[in-house]
Order: sequence, then structure tokens, then C-alpha cells
Amino acid sequence: MTITLFAFYVFAATAIGAGLLVVLARNPVHSVLWLILAFFSVAGLFVLMGAEYIAMLLAIVYVGAVAVLFLFVVMMLDVDFVELRSGIANYLPMGALIGAVLLMELGMAYGHWTFAGEAGNLLQSPTPTLSEADNTYALGQLIYTDYIYLFQASGLILLVAMIGAIVLTLRHRKDIKRQSVVAQMHRDPAKAMELKDVKPGQGL
Amino acid sequence: MITLEHYLGVAAILFVIGIFGIFVNRKNVIIILMSIELMLLAVNVNMVAFSVHLGDLVGQVFTLFILTVAAAEAAIGLAILVCFFRNRGTIAVEDVNVMKG
Repeated sequence: MTITLFAFYVFAATAIGAGLLVVLARNPVHSVLWLILAFFSVAGLFVLMGAEYIAMLLAIVYVGAVAVLFLFVVMMLDVDFVELRSGIANYLPMGALIGAVLLMELGMAYGHWTFAGEAGNLLQSPTPTLSEADNTYALGQLIYTDYIYLFQASGLILLVAMIGAIVLTLRHRKDIKRQSVVAQMHRDPAKAMELKDVKPGQGL
Repeated sequence: MITLEHYLGVAAILFVIGIFGIFVNRKNVIIILMSIELMLLAVNVNMVAFSVHLGDLVGQVFTLFILTVAAAEAAIGLAILVCFFRNRGTIAVEDVNVMKG
């Protein structure tokens, strides 16, 4: 067994085990942590495949942003998670059955599937050899030329998602005092202060 | 020797785990969102495996776009979740019947 095969089996087993624990862990915080482990293991698989840019992207975007976002939300919401798990025993057999059926179907599909004869001739942009360009360089050459519009569109999707998330969660509270700059600037010294001539011993 | 089928098998198992998670955790919307992330991860494994096996970089480019959409989806989903929790005080999806749909 070569070291590559060993690494593959380690990463694959870790990814699958962590994936199972994501859906079965009692505590959602643990679920998020298992999800992070699954992302890291799949990133290892990507490195094995030679797609190191995607692997780094997975580690940075998924683990660094998405999983931490999940962690924030899980910790921020004060929810009784024990109550949410109450029906899990009822759903387990049904879920296992559906999962088994789907896995069997996928196995059947993979078992009888072959590449089309002309698949090798239909490559959109063949991967350059490693001596010509490494993975990141080659991907950059592709993204910023042929796929520039899609790349910009994905940036736009992220912008829309950001604005959407802000709009959804922003709450304008009415019960607190706020600074009103316009009102402050329109204050007139003549009206803001009134001088009273108080007679001695009489008061106002 | 690691073949394409090895990676496809891992991706298939991860995908099924994602679907299994949706069925098992029917009440907890956070776990459902995480299951969807797992499924998208499995799709990404498929994409990259085919891309590397065929020697075509486009698969990896599309993996990048799937990642982008998955991140956007997670952000919006969690924002809706926070909004829902603020209004209802719970995140049990079985209670989501305000619109009587």
C-alpha cells in the first residue's frame, strides 16, 4: 500500500465519519466542529487529486467563513436543542431506509456507467502539464479570461447575499436614543437659550 | 492506485449522509443547513474528481462557482433563521406554518 493510497483512505474515512457525526451529534456546536473536520478531510482529498487551489479555497472559505458563521449562529441562538432532537428515534429508520435506497441506486448507476468514446476530444480547456503551469496559475489563467463574466456574476451573487443578510437581520430599534445630526445642525443659539431676569427674593 | 471510482464512492456516501441528515433532523433547521452543505461538498468532490480524471480544468472552475453559491446560500439561510428566531423564539421547522402553505 503506497502512502498516497493510505492517505486517501485516511481522508475518506475521516470525511465520512465526520459527516455522519454532523447529522447525529447531540450538540449542534459539536455538529459544526465535525463539519469543519469533514471540510478539512475533503480538502485533503482535493490535495491528493492535485486540485490544491480548490483545497485551499475550501479551507479558507468553508472553514474560515461558512463554518464560523454557523458556529456564531448556533452559539447566539438560545434554543433548547434537546427538545429539537426529541423525534429523532422515529425518523431514524425512515431516513436510513431512504439513504440505503439512494446509495444503492447511486451504486447501480456507477456500476454500469462508462465514459463516452469521444469524451477525450470534448475537453473545453485541457489541464496544462505541471511543468507548464501549476494548478493555481492555470485556474487563474482560465477564470480571468474565458470565465470572467461568470466570475463577476459570482461576485455579484455574494454582494446580493451580503446585502440580503444585512437587510434581513438589521433591526432599527425605536426605544433607544439616537443622535440626529440634522436636528443638531439646525439648532439656533437664539432659540436654544432664554434669559430670565429673576428678581431677588421672588423667583420665577 | 486511487481511481475515479474511489472518489465517486466517497462523494456518493457523503451525499447520502447529507440526505439522511435532512430526514433525521427534521426539527433542527441548523442541522438541515449543515446537511445541505455536506451535499454540496459531495457534489464538489464529484466535480473535481471528473475534472482531474478527464484533464479538463473547467470542472474546477465550476467548483469555485458552486462554492460561491453555497456560501451565499448559507449566509442567507442563517440570516432568515436569525430573523425567524427573533420573531418566534424557536427554530423548530415543524412550527413554520405562519403562511399556512
